Amino acid sequence: MTMTLTTEKTQSAKIAVKNLDFFYGKFHALKNINLDIPEKKVTAFIGPSGCGKSTLLRVFNRMFELYPEQRAQGEVVLDGENLLTSKQDVALLRAKVGMVFQKPTPFPMSIYDNIAFGVKLFEKLSATDMEERVEWALRKSALWNEVKDKLKQSGSSLSGGQQQRLCIARGVAIKPEVILLDEPCSALDPISTAKVEELIIELKQDYTVVIVTHNMQQAARCSDYTAYMYLGDLVEFGATEQIFFKPNRQETEDYITGRFG
Amino acid sequence: MPEKHLSSQFDNELGTVSTRVMELGGLVESQIRQAIYALSQFSVEVAQQVVTAEAKVNAMEIDIDRELSSIIARRQPTARDLRLLIAISKATANLERVGDEAEKIARMVLSIISSGAPRSLPSLELRVASDLASGLLRKALDAFARLDTSAALTILKEDDLIDKEFDGFVRKLITYMMEDPRMISPSLDLLFLAKAIERIGDHAKNIAELIIYIVKGADVRHAAMDEIESVVK
Repeated sequence: MTMTLTTEKTQSAKIAVKNLDFFYGKFHALKNINLDIPEKKVTAFIGPSGCGKSTLLRVFNRMFELYPEQRAQGEVVLDGENLLTSKQDVALLRAKVGMVFQKPTPFPMSIYDNIAFGVKLFEKLSATDMEERVEWALRKSALWNEVKDKLKQSGSSLSGGQQQRLCIARGVAIKPEVILLDEPCSALDPISTAKVEELIIELKQDYTVVIVTHNMQQAARCSDYTAYMYLGDLVEFGATEQIFFKPNRQETEDYITGRFG
Repeated sequence: MPEKHLSSQFDNELGTVSTRVMELGGLVESQIRQAIYALSQFSVEVAQQVVTAEAKVNAMEIDIDRELSSIIARRQPTARDLRLLIAISKATANLERVGDEAEKIARMVLSIISSGAPRSLPSLELRVASDLASGLLRKALDAFARLDTSAALTILKEDDLIDKEFDGFVRKLITYMMEDPRMISPSLDLLFLAKAIERIGDHAKNIAELIIYIVKGADVRHAAMDEIESVVK
């Protein structure tokens, strides 16, 4: 499929993906992907397991480079620079493009240190400034009121939903520009899920958010744009409302209405 | 719909609720025919049957709405399924209104009979118009069952015929009333009857518009005919 799917021209693209191919060894996992991720919007990727949506997410912060047999071809342009060929330090890239995983992954340290740890890698802050930053990140992640009296307690003492918001706070604390969320709610109960979804909508005021989800209703609820992927192809990309009301392609319609065999 | 859902239970539920709408459609169609028969034969008995059966139409509407709410709550339908369910809900409301119009006609027939009005009223045109209207409704229901957008387009055009028929009939009634002031009261009754029939055509037209909504995802209410044609093409 060699269509170029873009959102309205008025949207400025935070990440522009051009002719992107991705290989796991010989396996061709992403096939000529072209799309623009709009700035300060939530873009959701949906599709059945193995369609390449998580792979694509891992290209955005070069997470795939941890594995030698994986390679990407094409362009992923972030703020005018192709990050696939960039000489930029990958740690700096990941500070700019933060990621939150499927399972909450708090560090084995206090709630406070979970947040401060990442910040210390990139900035030298005074103790007061650091306190302010930690509080700011926890407030941003709608967790402050629940943890403000137990900042010295271990991060793993929190509930699953709180841990996931802690991980989001950790990502937010280093002031990234893009936040990648890979199935952020799949291990959470409905109330924690609702809180994280609220948070996602909150976050897009300052950040570009990209979310991969198996839960189509979640994509429908909290994203502005939705991309449907299948077997490494980007089948359709458009405004979420349009995708869930009247998708242009039959394949998308079959998937979102549960007719996918 | 040809393709099946992963959940066959969902298919069953959509199938069941679609069938219920067709049953409701069949019932109101027969209500119109009975009401018009009562008018042409001045039959108190048939008119009363129509009034009684209206309760069944109302009960079916409530049943269908309950099934729809249940499907939406449990299945969270999207895209074509979502449009189908919204359209079924609206089609049901339209059919119930057709039922109301049939009841209105039947009650008017009863009142004309009890007032002892002359049988020489010009009701022939009404029968022609009502045949058109109930025929249109049947076509709309057929097209709805088959999700046939080109048939829907034809229905939208035919509704104009009923509107023209209605205008012609009104002009005729005015002539009657001018010629003989004693005809004014029964003519007004006929005018209301004609209006009820004209409304049935409008409901058939609404149902036809819903077919285009389901299949094409376009809301063609209040759209010009050439716009609608380009959507359907």
